[in-house]
Order: sequence, then structure tokens, then C-alpha cells
Amino acid sequence: MRHLLSTADLDRDSAVTILDVAEQMSVTQQREIKKLPTLRGRTVVNLFFEDSTRTRISFEAAAKRLSADVINFSARGSSVSKGESLKDTALTLEAMGADAVVVRHPASGAPHRLAVSGWTRGCVVNAGDGTHEHPTQALLDAFTLRRHLVGEPGTDLAGLRVVLVGDVLHSRVARSGVRLLNTLGAHVTLVAPPTLLPVGVGTWPCATSYDLDAALQGEHGRVDAVMMLRVQRERMNAAYFPSAREYSRRYGLDARRLGMLPERAVVMHPGPMNRGLEISAQAADCPRSTIVEQVSNGVSVRMAVLYLLLSGERSAPPDRAPTPGLTVSAGRTARDLTAGGAR
Amino acid sequence: MTTPDSPREDEDLAGHTVLESSEIRRSLTRIAHELLERNKGSQDLVLLGIPTRGVTLADRLAERLTEIEGGPIPVGSLDVTLHRDDLRRQPTRAPGATHLPPEGIDDKVVVLVDDVLFSGRTIRAALDALSDVGRPRAVRLAVLVDRGHRELPIRADHVGKNLPTSLTERVHVSLREVDGTDLVRIERARA
Repeated sequence: MRHLLSTADLDRDSAVTILDVAEQMSVTQQREIKKLPTLRGRTVVNLFFEDSTRTRISFEAAAKRLSADVINFSARGSSVSKGESLKDTALTLEAMGADAVVVRHPASGAPHRLAVSGWTRGCVVNAGDGTHEHPTQALLDAFTLRRHLVGEPGTDLAGLRVVLVGDVLHSRVARSGVRLLNTLGAHVTLVAPPTLLPVGVGTWPCATSYDLDAALQGEHGRVDAVMMLRVQRERMNAAYFPSAREYSRRYGLDARRLGMLPERAVVMHPGPMNRGLEISAQAADCPRSTIVEQVSNGVSVRMAVLYLLLSGERSAPPDRAPTPGLTVSAGRTARDLTAGGAR
Repeated sequence: MTTPDSPREDEDLAGHTVLESSEIRRSLTRIAHELLERNKGSQDLVLLGIPTRGVTLADRLAERLTEIEGGPIPVGSLDVTLHRDDLRRQPTRAPGATHLPPEGIDDKVVVLVDDVLFSGRTIRAALDALSDVGRPRAVRLAVLVDRGHRELPIRADHVGKNLPTSLTERVHVSLREVDGTDLVRIERARA
């Protein structure tokens, strides 16, 4: 693994490996001394062009627990607000010797551009790009699901039924999640109002529905997990649904719908939540909710990703010097920077 | 450390057997007695194997100790991958599991168990890993084979067999639980 740009780049085995390594990392996080010397002397840059609390803190904690040096960069208060381009920012970071660059960017495809452009020789980790992908979130969701519903390391999520509810159109979590869960063998059903399902959702490896109650009862009478997505008000520049109240009635997870779920089913949300809109306080705080646990699992999963990207001979300094060219990550075509972001 | 294929046929070509099943068994029994003698009984002993084959050896040693002394001996495993100093020189390896006995290791006598002692770097990593999980009263080292060529000031307290080797040779330890057979072989590097 050279970069982590999309869950589409992960096959079943490499995804399971990440989850297994994350499992070991999480064991080390139960200890009194949580810091490991593994990435001593490596520099990880958190390059955040978009607001984020938990993802940035989570990556920062993960890098620090592995003893890497962390440089935080946020667009606000930096030269980006003076008009510096992604390229010049990347060249600056390269000059500082970044071994890994964790990117969050409002434009879909920005991490991919960074990875294949040759502007930086560091590994690129996509921490959310526009409405495209958020692979570490999908991995931590899969990790949480496996812990609760499967339990065994080395296994995938074969046969699990997951219902993903909400603003799929703007959700990079949904895009990454559907791909990864499908790779790991789970069945995914997307539930959303027709206006919040993207064009071409029919080609995704999942089922879709407009009716949450029907989806929760399940065609096969069994739902293992409900993943709620945040209604992204900041991206709502059109009327996608008549009113918040109506959305909440039809697609919100409330006490009644919670009662419809089988005993062992878990309730997930990537955060931040709009309490009272897509999820009621009862559902968010109920014992089967894994929302807080997802945050701590996020650190373990990101430790695993950083470890797998940064350890090993491929990224060792000696072979960095003579090969300044491009190392293209597997299987994706270049995306125009503006194509996804303008959606 | 792979399973040797048909030892008779390519004896001279690929190397030779240095320890057989019965010799491995006797070595472990002797080490078990040495441990008890040195420690004056099994009190406070904790065995920690270094994955993969060290864990198997630790389990076998614990069995022997129980047979000799009675009473269960706490046994666990200690993964050292995340503490290695050669992570950048090797292909990425997935870390193994660390299982500590429920009693913990604080103020115990921890015996690290590994199959082959070579450069000493694994043991250095193990000592670092150990200090992250607790503070033992003493740490000892038991290995099945000591093949020399130390790069660090580290020595084993209990050795199954001292095996003088050249740097170009490779020592393969196979254990029944992992590889299906008990065997230690030495192989010359093929030109």
C-alpha cells in the first residue's frame, strides 16, 4: 500500500489486514503507556482545507501514539487564504520532508491529484474529499461492526445486513462505506429520500429504498446495523426535502424505530450528529449505540493505516532519493479537480 | 523458517539437521530444570514467548515446569514488531498479538522465550516492549538455539543448543504446532 485514497483500492485481504492491525493497535491503547516508538523520526502532515474536529484530532492522536512528528495545517489562517494553490502548498510540505500527508479537501479528487502529481513523495491519506470518499471512516465503521457482530480477527463481514440512512448524495462516508462493506461481504441497503440519492446509485453494489420502516423490517427479517448519516446542511444549497420535521419523521431514527431493531443490532453515526434531526437523543444515547466507541476505534484504525503506509522498505529514505518520479496507486483514473466538487 | 522438504534427498545441497524432535524435547526439559534451579522454584515466574515460534516454545516450557513443580505457570506472548529498529529495511509486517497473563508482569520474573538468538535486535525490541507493559523484577532469556553473531550486548541465560554458524547460513526451526514437525536445520545460502 502506497497511498490510501479510496476504499475501491482495497481488496478483501488488504482490508482485513488493516482491521487486524487495528485490532492489535487498539490493544496497545488499553495500556497505561499508549505511546509506541514505531514511527519515530517520521513526519505526518495533517493538511486540512475543510473544517473538521474529530478526524483531524483522530489522525493527530494516531500519529502521536506511534511517535511520529505531527504538523497541523489548516487552510484558515494559512497562506491558502492568501490564494496559495494546492500545488504550492504541497511543494512547501515536500520541502519540509513530510513522510505522509493526510488531506481533507472540499474538492473531490484533491488527494488523488496530490498522490499522482509528483508534488510530494510522501504517502497520501484521504481524510475526506468533497463528496467523494472518506476511507478511514469506512474502515473504522467496518472495524466497529466486526468487533460487535463477528468478533474474530482475520474475518470479514460476510452476510451482515447494514442499513445506511440519510443524505447519501453529499456523503463521502456512504460512498466509501458501501464499497468497503461490499468488499468485505456485507449487504448494504441505502435509505434516503429520492432527492438525496445520487444519480447512478443503481450501479453501486447495494440495494436502495425510500422507506425506512420497510428497510428496518428487512426483506429477510434481519438487520444487523443501522448507520445514520448526517444531514449536511452546509452542502444543502437546494430544497432536498420540504422541512426538517418531515425528514425527521420519515428518515430519523427515533425510539419507535429503535424498538423495531433486533436485539443485537447496533446503531452507528459517523458524527457530528444533528440530534433531533436524523437521530433522536434516545437512539444516540442508547446502549446499542456505538457512536462514542467509533471515535476511539478511529484512532486505532488510523494508527494501523499510518503504520502500514509508513513502515516497510518501500518508503525508506534510501529509495526515496533516486526515484523522484510517480508512484501511482492502483486502479484509479485521474479525476479532474473540479468535476466532483462542483456537484 | 520454513518446513524443510524431504531432508534426505538434498542433505548436502540445502543443509543438515542439527536438532531432532527428541533433542528438542530434552533441551526444553533441561531448560525447565535450569529455570527452576536458578529461580529456586516456580514462584513469580512468568513465561512470555516472542511470536511466532517463541510462543509455542513458551507453552511447552510451561507444561514442563508444571510437570516438574506442579501448579500452573503463567504464560503469554509479547509482540515486538512495533518496537523493531529495522521496520524501514524490511517489507511491512503485520504486528502479532500480545497476551499478558491476568496476573500481569509487575514484580515478576519474566522469562522471554524465543527460537533463535542471532543479532540480539529482537530481544532489544522485546525489552522495550516489556517496559511499556509493566516493570518486572527481573528479565531472563531462554532460547532454543544460539547461533552467535550478536550485534548488541545481549546474552541468553538458558540455551538449548549453541550453534556456531557463518553469516551466510540460515537456521530453520520447525515446531509441530506451527510447522507440523519438530526439527532444527541449518542451511547454506545457495550461490
